[in-house]
Amino acid sequence: MKRIVAKEEYCMNCRLCEVYCLVSHSRSKDLIKAFRQERGEIVPRITVERLGPVSFAVQCRHCDEPACVEACMTGALHRDPATGEVTHDPQRCVGCWMCVMVCPTGAIRRDRNGHVAAKCDLCLETGTPACVANCPNEALVIEEDND
Amino acid sequence: MTSTKYLIIGNSAAGVGCVEGIRQTDPTGEITLLAKETEHAYSRPLITYLLGGKVDEAGMAYRPADFYVQQRVKTMLGVEAAKVDPAAKTVTCADGQVIGYEKLLIANGGKPITPPNLPGADAPGVFTFTTWGDARAIEQYIAANDVKEAVVIGGGLIGLKSVEALTARGLKVTVLELAPRILAVTLDQDASDLLAGALASAGVKLLTNTTAQRVDLENGKAAGVTLPDGQKIAAGLVILAIGVLPDLSLVAGSGIATERGILADERLATNVEGVYAAGDVAQALELLSGERRSIPIWPNAYRQGFIAGVNMAGGDKVYEGGLAMNSVEICGLATISAGITSPPEGQGYQVLTKLDPKTKNYRKLVLKDHHLVGYVLVGDVDRAGIITGLIKGRVEVKGLEEKLLAPDFGLISLPAMHRERVTAGLGVWS
Repeated sequence: MKRIVAKEEYCMNCRLCEVYCLVSHSRSKDLIKAFRQERGEIVPRITVERLGPVSFAVQCRHCDEPACVEACMTGALHRDPATGEVTHDPQRCVGCWMCVMVCPTGAIRRDRNGHVAAKCDLCLETGTPACVANCPNEALVIEEDND
Repeated sequence: MTSTKYLIIGNSAAGVGCVEGIRQTDPTGEITLLAKETEHAYSRPLITYLLGGKVDEAGMAYRPADFYVQQRVKTMLGVEAAKVDPAAKTVTCADGQVIGYEKLLIANGGKPITPPNLPGADAPGVFTFTTWGDARAIEQYIAANDVKEAVVIGGGLIGLKSVEALTARGLKVTVLELAPRILAVTLDQDASDLLAGALASAGVKLLTNTTAQRVDLENGKAAGVTLPDGQKIAAGLVILAIGVLPDLSLVAGSGIATERGILADERLATNVEGVYAAGDVAQALELLSGERRSIPIWPNAYRQGFIAGVNMAGGDKVYEGGLAMNSVEICGLATISAGITSPPEGQGYQVLTKLDPKTKNYRKLVLKDHHLVGYVLVGDVDRAGIITGLIKGRVEVKGLEEKLLAPDFGLISLPAMHRERVTAGLGVWS
């Protein structure tokens, strides 16, 4: 399983990962338009946490036995057994927030505009997670698990 | 008589979980799935969304239409299991068919409680509301009788989600709740009050500490209810939503041990060899008490079914224990709660609360011996799962209490071991 790993010793709390995540999931795919016009309509699927000098980014961990998939009452959340990716189909989501209730990293956010859950999809459309590609200090890297 | 390696009774969260658990362990063994209802596996909680017009019939599917084909499962839908005979290892159906099994999962769910002493409860226009069929029947009845007003008896989860659906259809709804407040089992007083406020602003009338004494009839159909104090409420539709009980009719006299539900052990096996139980019909380990309790919620049903499936197929997986939890959004106000939310006085519980009357954001944490045992969030429910994880993982949170109460709390404050575990995608079970 490919996972995005946060290196807290390199994170500078610049929060550009949140911005580029927003861009990657925007309609315009344009930084300025996404940030100025679409922010609020869409939510970043990554959260930078900070406490004193320490900071790091959190997004979906694509758990081996995802609690969100078990709790999802519509079947919108699904774990692909072949890739290990946890996917979310907003068309089948009703915004019941059961996944928000059980995600142990708090990685599933509420897109209140569309009233659906929003989570990291590893930027399936482009193939390269925007948070990793745009982290200026390599605090977000992709690592392969051996399972 | 036909026979099968695995027989599953029930086609909801636990039944589907069982199929997925079996298939993870045994890709080829013959699975037969039996269910009283005729529909493909659907999301039961969505029945109120369907009635309210928020999802369509296609949106009801819990798994893709070809799911059982892909999983190589023989389905027998619309066939009701009537009797389990563990000695012969057979299940007899209501239509007389007999099916032999090697491993059996009983996951036939619950049945709605109908009040025993309510005159008029069997009249047209009075419904329970737990199946897709109920949703269709209620919708048709509203249209055919041009119903404008409804009474919902019961201010629990099913009752309130029914209220939301009926309100969305333009009906004027009155809720009768026997307890002093709504969602009394899962929420605390403050959260119940906030939800009651949301109901009121949506135009719903809520009467607590009361219930219907009888259903009033007009031309043989429901026309309203009379309360114990004589007050009459006109309504062409009455929804009975006072609760659901495990449906034990199937195992009566079989030797399978039951209390409130079918008793299941840590591997979800019953006392009878080869027979397992999961979901709303089962009574399995509850995390906080260490006792076996029935907790009829979707996540527990799926997990129990999945673990039963793994074990039925020869694996060895232990059920960590269920936690009562619910996410309920009524009339735009979100609430998430878990565990013990209204602890008794004087038993060593620590309670922390924070209420912002302006935003209606409310947070409550319940702790015992520096461990979280319950919480309530109203309004800003984001990242609730972190708290749920701390309860399930039995993580000591000494010194973190105030941080957890802040709305911007996060993983960064948590003990390093727990944080590393969850960020590695390993879940919360230590």
